[in-house]
Amino acid sequence: MKRFVLGLFCALLIAGPVAAVLPEEQLADPVLEARARAISQELRCVVCQNQSIDDSDAPLAADLRAIVRERLSAGDTDAEVMAYIVDRYGNFVLLKPPLDLETILLWSAPLLVLIPGGLGLALYLRRRSRAGGADPAPLSAEERRALADILKTGDAP
Amino acid sequence: MSAEIGQLALILAFMLGLVQGVAPLLGAHRGDRVLMSLGRASALLQMAFVVLAFAALATAYVTMDFSVELVAKHSHSTQPLPYRIAATWGSHEGSMLLWVLILALHGGAIAFFGRTLRETLQARVLAVQGMLSAAFLGFCLFTSNPFSRLNPIPLDGTELNPLLQDPGLVMHPPLLYLGYVGFSVAFSFAVAALIEGRVDAAWARWVRPWVLSAWISLTVGIALGSWWAYYELGWGGWWFWDPVENASLMPWLMGTALLHSALVLEKRGALISWTILLAILTFSLSMIGTFLVRSGVLTSVHAFAVDPERGAYILVFILIATGSALGLYAWRAPAMRTGALFSPLSREAGITVNNLFLLAATATVFLGTFYPVFIDVLNGDKISVGPPYYAMTFAPLFVPLLVLVAFGPLLNWKRDTARAVLMRLRWPIAVTTVAAGVGIVAFGIAKVGAALGIALGVWLIAAAFMLLARRWGIGRKGAETGRLIRTTPLAFWAVAVAHAGLGVTTIGVTAMTAWTVSEVVTMVPGQTIEFAGRRVTLDALGPGTGPNYQADQARFRIEGGGQPFLMLSEKRFYPSSQTQTTEAGIRGEAMGNLYISVGESATLGGATVRLWWHPLVGWIWGGALIMAFGGVLSLSDRRTRLGMPVRKAAPAKAGRAAA
Amino acid sequence: MRRLAFIVPIVLFLMVAAALGLGLRRDPSILPSMLIDRPIPTFDLPGLTPEDTVGLASSDFTGKPVLLNVFASWCVACVIEHPMLLRLQSQGVTIHGLDWKDEPADGAAWLAQRGNPYTLIGSDPRGRTGIDFGVTGAPETFVIDGHGRVRYRHVGPITPEVWTETLQPMLARLDNET
Repeated sequence: MKRFVLGLFCALLIAGPVAAVLPEEQLADPVLEARARAISQELRCVVCQNQSIDDSDAPLAADLRAIVRERLSAGDTDAEVMAYIVDRYGNFVLLKPPLDLETILLWSAPLLVLIPGGLGLALYLRRRSRAGGADPAPLSAEERRALADILKTGDAP
Repeated sequence: MSAEIGQLALILAFMLGLVQGVAPLLGAHRGDRVLMSLGRASALLQMAFVVLAFAALATAYVTMDFSVELVAKHSHSTQPLPYRIAATWGSHEGSMLLWVLILALHGGAIAFFGRTLRETLQARVLAVQGMLSAAFLGFCLFTSNPFSRLNPIPLDGTELNPLLQDPGLVMHPPLLYLGYVGFSVAFSFAVAALIEGRVDAAWARWVRPWVLSAWISLTVGIALGSWWAYYELGWGGWWFWDPVENASLMPWLMGTALLHSALVLEKRGALISWTILLAILTFSLSMIGTFLVRSGVLTSVHAFAVDPERGAYILVFILIATGSALGLYAWRAPAMRTGALFSPLSREAGITVNNLFLLAATATVFLGTFYPVFIDVLNGDKISVGPPYYAMTFAPLFVPLLVLVAFGPLLNWKRDTARAVLMRLRWPIAVTTVAAGVGIVAFGIAKVGAALGIALGVWLIAAAFMLLARRWGIGRKGAETGRLIRTTPLAFWAVAVAHAGLGVTTIGVTAMTAWTVSEVVTMVPGQTIEFAGRRVTLDALGPGTGPNYQADQARFRIEGGGQPFLMLSEKRFYPSSQTQTTEAGIRGEAMGNLYISVGESATLGGATVRLWWHPLVGWIWGGALIMAFGGVLSLSDRRTRLGMPVRKAAPAKAGRAAA
Repeated sequence: MRRLAFIVPIVLFLMVAAALGLGLRRDPSILPSMLIDRPIPTFDLPGLTPEDTVGLASSDFTGKPVLLNVFASWCVACVIEHPMLLRLQSQGVTIHGLDWKDEPADGAAWLAQRGNPYTLIGSDPRGRTGIDFGVTGAPETFVIDGHGRVRYRHVGPITPEVWTETLQPMLARLDNET
């Protein structure tokens, strides 16, 4: 029940204006600000859990946005900023899951279906066309005229 | 009184569902016609009782009967009538009742319209449908009873969540459920076919219209949900890869595959076991979707209920239903007739490849949605999967799929040659290449992805036109174009329209992704800013009222590029439920939407204003509606509709006279 | 070989169903703390009032196992938890307080009104130290051992059950270690 209330709270937060960056939060340097926005969009808000900190109105998201900008202004690279936050909150805050042994299945999902599926399909088709007979004999002139007749009138003669 | 009637009706429906689940199955096995007709009778009666129960709940809402617990929790004396009615399905219990209603209606329809079916097949289908009904009715009665009473009766209710008090959201659940539950027909048919041990053209001809109608509803339902999120949630997002959204996308992707596979089955008798598997999987995904929304196994803002107990019940049921179906599949499907042959370059092959891509897309969404649960169960690690993942996996899958879609309808059945296909497509290829070139030049190399995305949409639309042009004999000597246009079957139009719709959506998605512009600024009344080539002035900030809310309103005047116009954005406060929402001001124009959202009032009497320009966003849902319309066209074609008696060969003379 | 292909769907399905069934018992919204078995972050915070010259610093966490409770004057659940904390204090449990994202004056007034269960208190109005701890909301309580390492985090108010079943045995065990 409590979680439902939290969910509702978050839903209503989303109902507010999101992409929640306030004008006063933004950095003066547009390059840094763009990097900040990009990084924020890849970090999950742990309070509302289904929005990025760029979108969330939650106070914690505002704090994390400020920290991202602080670290960027201090000269961190994008990876270092992400590592700073992951160090404190875990891999859960990454909206793009890391690529490691655990997540290899997740990242290879499309190929896992396409490759076996494609192979299976290819084998299936090859087996079928080998099993299929030779081309049917071409139509004789008689048959072709009859065919033209049928096509014109829509009825068998 | 009405709640008791509803309760009783629900109990009777449950018992009838049990009868319906068992009797016709026995009857088909023994060839007992009485038992089989009992299946039809119980299906119709069950439908009647569920309709009665649903009507009882709706009546309780309309008459503001606050002694019914659900009504007290989701309705209020000031709540407008349409939302009192919509509140019937605006809760976990109510939406389950809606689910059960649609299930029962479909069962009744099979009983009523299915008289041309082989009797044993109809009996078995009704039995499976009956088992599904009984299970969900049981779920309603034992864990989520909509008719429980409150004592003492409260003077007034807590209103329906204000987010849900919206016309878009009124229609969203019924449409989605018509889709989800509509696929149960295909599921029942598939399981019945496995029990019978055979599938024939009649089976496919019967199933396809039901898959089509479910697919149409689901398409519109998803589009409606996306559109609603866009205008209600305040910043113009239209898809978030939220678990519950994914839960609706997966049956849609599989349902699309099923639609095309069933087409091959009907026309050529091929892909039998594959179609059966798809039918089972599509409805299973619907059920997993409903499990997801209610069990709390994943966090989502959409969640109806967070109740692992109820979730466990649904999971057990899915285990039994899908488990038995897939078990039957593993056992019986290999022995079924393998179906007609086709060459690697043919429409059948094209559709099979299409299905493969759709399956890969579904698997990707499925893994993305459930992976956090899998990892958590495996070693307790918490990871999350968000939009960046899907951007890297789903989008690259869909691009080749969309390219191939254009080929499908222009391929011949059974066998075709590469040269012939490319010749048929030469005009669309030319148009698309030109479009891509123009795009790259116009938008610059930095936006080459956007140019290609637009070109992809153009490709689909051009191929759709080509399809029609070929049929009408345009450019062919001696073709009677006028007559050919007039005699084009609706089903043929449907293919062109639906695939063109897909192209329209592709263009909309590309435009939104590539060219959205946004700005956030603090404004005071009287201040003007420049945005997206317009002058935006905040005219006034003041209060306003609605039937059950108070509002802080911001009035904007937009000038530049034509007649000036006004836009309004407000923050609403609903006193009954103590909740707040933001209504954005949206102005739809030909090339896109202007979107303004007013936020917190700053201390100096101003407000935080967020502005967006959303290019061609309407094309996203417009394309979806066009796709759905294509489906409707197909359904309207008399040749698609069910129960069509086989035309006897007309005597030769009358035939010639008619022609 | 062909028959095997038909078994794949049900096998995959059963695996998924099992995972979902197990997943029902887990809470997807609870995040484990990243600090478990790691030393607490370095910090030095002032007190809530000018009279409190000591405040709270990371160096205060050596010697014996203690609890660190994150609270705020705006936190509703903290009101529910508060009597429990006072009771623990009377039983001799050392609890340090972190006033998180709260004006020091508000925090001080809140404690003055309800009683002060804390041995030492740090004021973190900007929330930076809280973020270093990976705090997601209030109340949260950290169990820190005698060497200054975080051993456990509890999200939400401390109920009697949480105390008797989890925190009390843990503190007792850590006491023996030191």
